[in-house]
Amino acid sequence: MARRAQPISALPGAGAALLVAALIFGTLAAVALRAEAGRGFGSSDWAALRFTLIQAVLSATLSVALAIGLARALARRRFFGRSVLIALLGAPFILPVIVAILGLLAVFGRAGWVSQALGVFGFEPLQIYGLHGVVLAHVFFNLPLATRLILQGWQEIPAERFRLAAQLNAGPRAIWQLLEAPMLMRVVPGALAVVFAICLSSFAVALTLGGGPRATTIELAIYQAFRFDFDLGRAALLSAVQLVLTGLAAFVALRVSAADGVGAGLDRALRRWDGDSSLARGLDVFWILSAALFLMLPLAAVVSSGVSGLFLLKANVWMAAITSVMVSALSTLVLLLLALPMAAAVALGRSAMIEVAGILGLAASPLVIGTGLFVVIYPFADPFALALPVTALVNAVMALPFALRILVPRAREVTARYGKLSLSLDMAGWPFLWQVFLPRMRPQIGFAAGLAAALSMGDLGVITLFADPEVATLPLQIYRLMGAYQMQAAAGAALLLLALSMGVFWILDRGGRWHAEA
Amino acid sequence: MLRLETCHIQNGAFTVQADLQIKPGSKVAIIGPSGAGKSTLIEAIAGFLPLTQGRILWRDRDLSAMAPGKRPVAMLFQDGNLFPHLTVAQNAGLGLRANLHLSPQEQAQVQHALERVGLGDLAELTPAALSGGQQSRVALARVLLQRRDLLLLDEPFAALGPALKAEMLDLVAEIAAETHATVLMVSHDPQDARRIADQAILVADGKAHAPLATAEVLDNPPPALKAYLG
Repeated sequence: MARRAQPISALPGAGAALLVAALIFGTLAAVALRAEAGRGFGSSDWAALRFTLIQAVLSATLSVALAIGLARALARRRFFGRSVLIALLGAPFILPVIVAILGLLAVFGRAGWVSQALGVFGFEPLQIYGLHGVVLAHVFFNLPLATRLILQGWQEIPAERFRLAAQLNAGPRAIWQLLEAPMLMRVVPGALAVVFAICLSSFAVALTLGGGPRATTIELAIYQAFRFDFDLGRAALLSAVQLVLTGLAAFVALRVSAADGVGAGLDRALRRWDGDSSLARGLDVFWILSAALFLMLPLAAVVSSGVSGLFLLKANVWMAAITSVMVSALSTLVLLLLALPMAAAVALGRSAMIEVAGILGLAASPLVIGTGLFVVIYPFADPFALALPVTALVNAVMALPFALRILVPRAREVTARYGKLSLSLDMAGWPFLWQVFLPRMRPQIGFAAGLAAALSMGDLGVITLFADPEVATLPLQIYRLMGAYQMQAAAGAALLLLALSMGVFWILDRGGRWHAEA
Repeated sequence: MLRLETCHIQNGAFTVQADLQIKPGSKVAIIGPSGAGKSTLIEAIAGFLPLTQGRILWRDRDLSAMAPGKRPVAMLFQDGNLFPHLTVAQNAGLGLRANLHLSPQEQAQVQHALERVGLGDLAELTPAALSGGQQSRVALARVLLQRRDLLLLDEPFAALGPALKAEMLDLVAEIAAETHATVLMVSHDPQDARRIADQAILVADGKAHAPLATAEVLDNPPPALKAYLG
């Protein structure tokens, strides 16, 4: 026997990895071939690059700076609803961008709550469009993520250290120097890099709150080159720049970040003996209350204005909702067909290349893949007719890195624990897959499928490239309603989208854990 | 005859050598210091570790290139012998069919095996609802259904108390007698070896020695074993 026996083949996983790599690199090559040499980078392209970098730096710095205060407050306070608040910090991940934007507009927009309050005192209303609007939305999405990453750092300081510090009568300053500052030095660069990388490829936020020559990201510029000018050469050039940028950022982020923010045990409260002064207490209460308000008010706004909007929904919104459910289902299916074999192959330790292929989705830009697919499909078929399958496919590839992070550790555990027993019972192959692997993986499969379904349901990306007026997913339909200033109907549709996204996540996640044996 | 011909078994950095024969129907204890390679030897026979040299034959048939599940071997591991999401009946039924598509006749066979080990009325429970001893009995019911020529035990009862362990070893002896199986049993407890094994293989210093009568080995232990037994 030359090789160790394995209960399941790694070949399908290698095939899936190859497919993903071919999709990402193939579309890139297709785009690159269309990029015309010698055209160079125009002034508006430079502006897009500059804006992309500036907003990403600002968003990352602000998100992480605020997250440090919030994480510190959460780490040393125990209060009613603490675990609920921490769980809610995970929610923006599956919150559709367009829903959050509507919420932010309702709170911070020209006619929003804050502007109205300012108006009472005779101040000018807020102006949300432009750089600060984009940064505001990015902070809304990434403050929770950064908080979870940094809170994880705090939780990983052993309880004994705090006990020792208390025993030595160390004050807040000493605890900061001894314990907290070194931990932050370790954790903060990773959090900064992750948020920076996420904000680089921001599309939907820039599409709705940015725009114009002074607030266009590269992703948005790709869309405009493609959609308004149908200038494939320019779209390709911008795509190449975007890919280098996101690739570098993702590489750096993976290098410097250890934690992933999805770890369990974040709601565990450490026993602390410091921070008992009334100043520290007041400060922490301020952090927690203002963060909770900042994160929850926009959602409350969507819900409250959406309820009445629900009755204004026309048939085309319901059609869009059905379309979105179908795209989401297809995307989830594709994701599982890719992710499960890949997770199994990685668990068998077959090849590091498979893991790399899984991470590619982090560096790839959906709009670049979309543009590339358009170029590839165009000579053979009408790309607009394939808008929905293409959207589902791209969504699946984008969800792949997250799905693998969820599936791989469990797949390792299952093959390590039950591999030999299954082999000795002659269960290699299908019996292992059906009787052992899938049943043992069910909670993780449900969680990954829930994430993928919710992400796809709320995605406003590739679909904007391909859609013709006849076809729309629900997020695109909401965007169109906003463009037509039908804000009431948009809010109603947003509430529907919110319910659908959270609903599919809940159903799939619950379904996975339903009657699952430990 | 189970023949290990000039076998070199690689397990990570270290190698175990074995060149020995075991008579069909015998019950053999594998003893020796921990880390000497007792489990390595048994896992090579089961097909989990490759041979870098030599071959393993059972009744003149070369097993060396066969997949673990295709060998005439039933094995019980130190732990994790049951699938927690399958019922007692399903866990035992895996001994008949890996895909669990059992005919009514096979289902009756499973029920019969469960009754044989004293678990007739627990068939629909999952392992979590059973005691440690009952879990061992489910695994033994499966061994009964597998009807393989060789039964390999890698200390599956180590977590049980002394009385329960003795009970299980007696059940193993009965099952081996009923299925005419040859038993190889890893053990670090000389009492276990004396209880059911008529022969013992000493594994020490990277070498598995030819089997000798258990009482003889334990009463006049060679230096390596003496150091271990104290």
